[in-house]
Amino acid sequence: MGRIIDILNQDTHFCDGLNSCMNCGVCTAVCPAAEFYNYDPRVIVDTVQRGDESEIEELLKSNTIWYCGECMSCKPRCPRGNTPGEVIMALRKASIETGLFVESEKGRQQFAIKRAIADSVLGVGYCVSPDIAVPEKHPEQGPVWEWICANKEQVYERVHANYDGNGAGALRHVDEASLNELKEIFKVTGGTAFMESIEQCSKEKAAALGMDIEEYLHETYTFNSGGDGYGNNE
Amino acid sequence: MDMVTTNNRQWEKYQKEIADDRYYYARSCIRQTFFPGSEWAFIDILRNKLGKDIFDDPKHTTCTGIGYHSDVVPFQTTMTVVARHFALMTEAGYANITPSCITSFGIYTEILHAWEEHPELLERVREDLYKATKREFDVPKNLAHTSDVIYKFRNQIAMQMVHPLVDVHTGKPLRVVDHIGCHYAKMFPSKGVGGAEFPAVLSGMVDAWGGECIDYPERRHCCGFGFRNYLVQANRGYSVANSMKKLESMEPYEPDFIVTNCPGCGMFLDKWQYTISEMSGKTYGKNGYGIPVLTYEEMAGLVLGYNPWDLGLQMHQVAVEPLLDKMGIDYDPEKKYCDADGKLISLPKCPTFLKQ
Repeated sequence: MGRIIDILNQDTHFCDGLNSCMNCGVCTAVCPAAEFYNYDPRVIVDTVQRGDESEIEELLKSNTIWYCGECMSCKPRCPRGNTPGEVIMALRKASIETGLFVESEKGRQQFAIKRAIADSVLGVGYCVSPDIAVPEKHPEQGPVWEWICANKEQVYERVHANYDGNGAGALRHVDEASLNELKEIFKVTGGTAFMESIEQCSKEKAAALGMDIEEYLHETYTFNSGGDGYGNNE
Repeated sequence: MDMVTTNNRQWEKYQKEIADDRYYYARSCIRQTFFPGSEWAFIDILRNKLGKDIFDDPKHTTCTGIGYHSDVVPFQTTMTVVARHFALMTEAGYANITPSCITSFGIYTEILHAWEEHPELLERVREDLYKATKREFDVPKNLAHTSDVIYKFRNQIAMQMVHPLVDVHTGKPLRVVDHIGCHYAKMFPSKGVGGAEFPAVLSGMVDAWGGECIDYPERRHCCGFGFRNYLVQANRGYSVANSMKKLESMEPYEPDFIVTNCPGCGMFLDKWQYTISEMSGKTYGKNGYGIPVLTYEEMAGLVLGYNPWDLGLQMHQVAVEPLLDKMGIDYDPEKKYCDADGKLISLPKCPTFLKQ
């Protein structure tokens, strides 16, 4: 057994998500990612099932494993009880653990996600907040969201939220003791180390590409080469 | 055995147990940000319309769900954060948990399933939680999404109905598109009312309150969130394209509104109508309006006679006024963009094509 296959075999998502694929392609037929990307979950599951270490390593370096939206629409449709979306989760985790995620454009985006979401979890206690989903980064949210963000205190008070306040209610300020508990949980369970490895690999990749880290962050958040997922540009 | 009995037995497979009182409330990152009025209305309906006990805990945090499904937070971390919620629930003297988010509901369901299948995972989580916080927990007796709770009491709500889901001008039921969200029942169909195949949690409310649910081709298709496919600006084409696929599919059925289970889905189906209109000039409702998108709390609130601006309908991008007019709701348009004291805050800018 190879190194990557060993990592996968220790992953609950991998063990639960892959039984025995018969290549029927139902997962691809219902997949929202396959609808709009050159992406085929059936092929990924088939590749992984063959167990060829070098082919799996290529997957971990590729854009391919990053197209899935983890909607799990594949799960109830598979006649063999496989979940390609769970196999993808295991491949992505292995890609990060081996540092191979920085080899692909879509994989490098993990840095932008880590900076936005993971930092928000530990900073304010929630994945999303009106202070993070700012209109400059979300023009698609439209003028009403712009209006809300410009008048947060008044709008949120009007709809009975407790924006940045103490006590219970929507959007309350999460107290320091609770945030410290979250941070301790991240430390004890490997969440902090996982996030630090995304940071470290990204910093090294940015240096290799001759970018400072802010430039790299902007690039990973905005750049889309239109690649087809197999290392080629369309 | 007659056909009715057979059908009833078949249908039993698609029901789930929903606790009838004493809930520990788990807030949602997205719902509290984009639909805080819905979270307020849910608690208010439970406490003041249904006489239930629900605990809103200031110590509650995210479940990390968006981070987990965008692959920046590992499973062990997510399980232990959720275990902390279970510990807070246990300490407060509750045994039933009701999350206000479909991503959270999916994660809680997945975790409870994983602990049943792999008991060693539960033991490790207990150890990790204790090491990190000195807290201990009981596994909840009942897990129900907040919409499950409203579904359970839909008939009691119907008895207090002020505005049924009926067009007051024609007397006909309003035509409603429901969207239950992928993680409600696609991962564990037996844990959602109606499973993944027969979405019933929202359509059950619509039926009970006088409306008519539309079955359209892409009813079960994802809204297009796709986690990293929205979070990263470079990937948002995936997200808008999938929402558009649904909107195009429902348009010929001329729905009066969309009702969503998941706060993310509701936000996308609302906001992407604006984006699509700016990109192509296309609008999906009549006379340049969009199709209004409601959360089930907002739908319940309107049915029960709540003020639309208390519910936060002014926070939607797609104007809801055409729907309010159909339902015969007496609202004050001048108060739409006012603060809690009734003073005008300011007016949002108007989109290029979508009527506001």
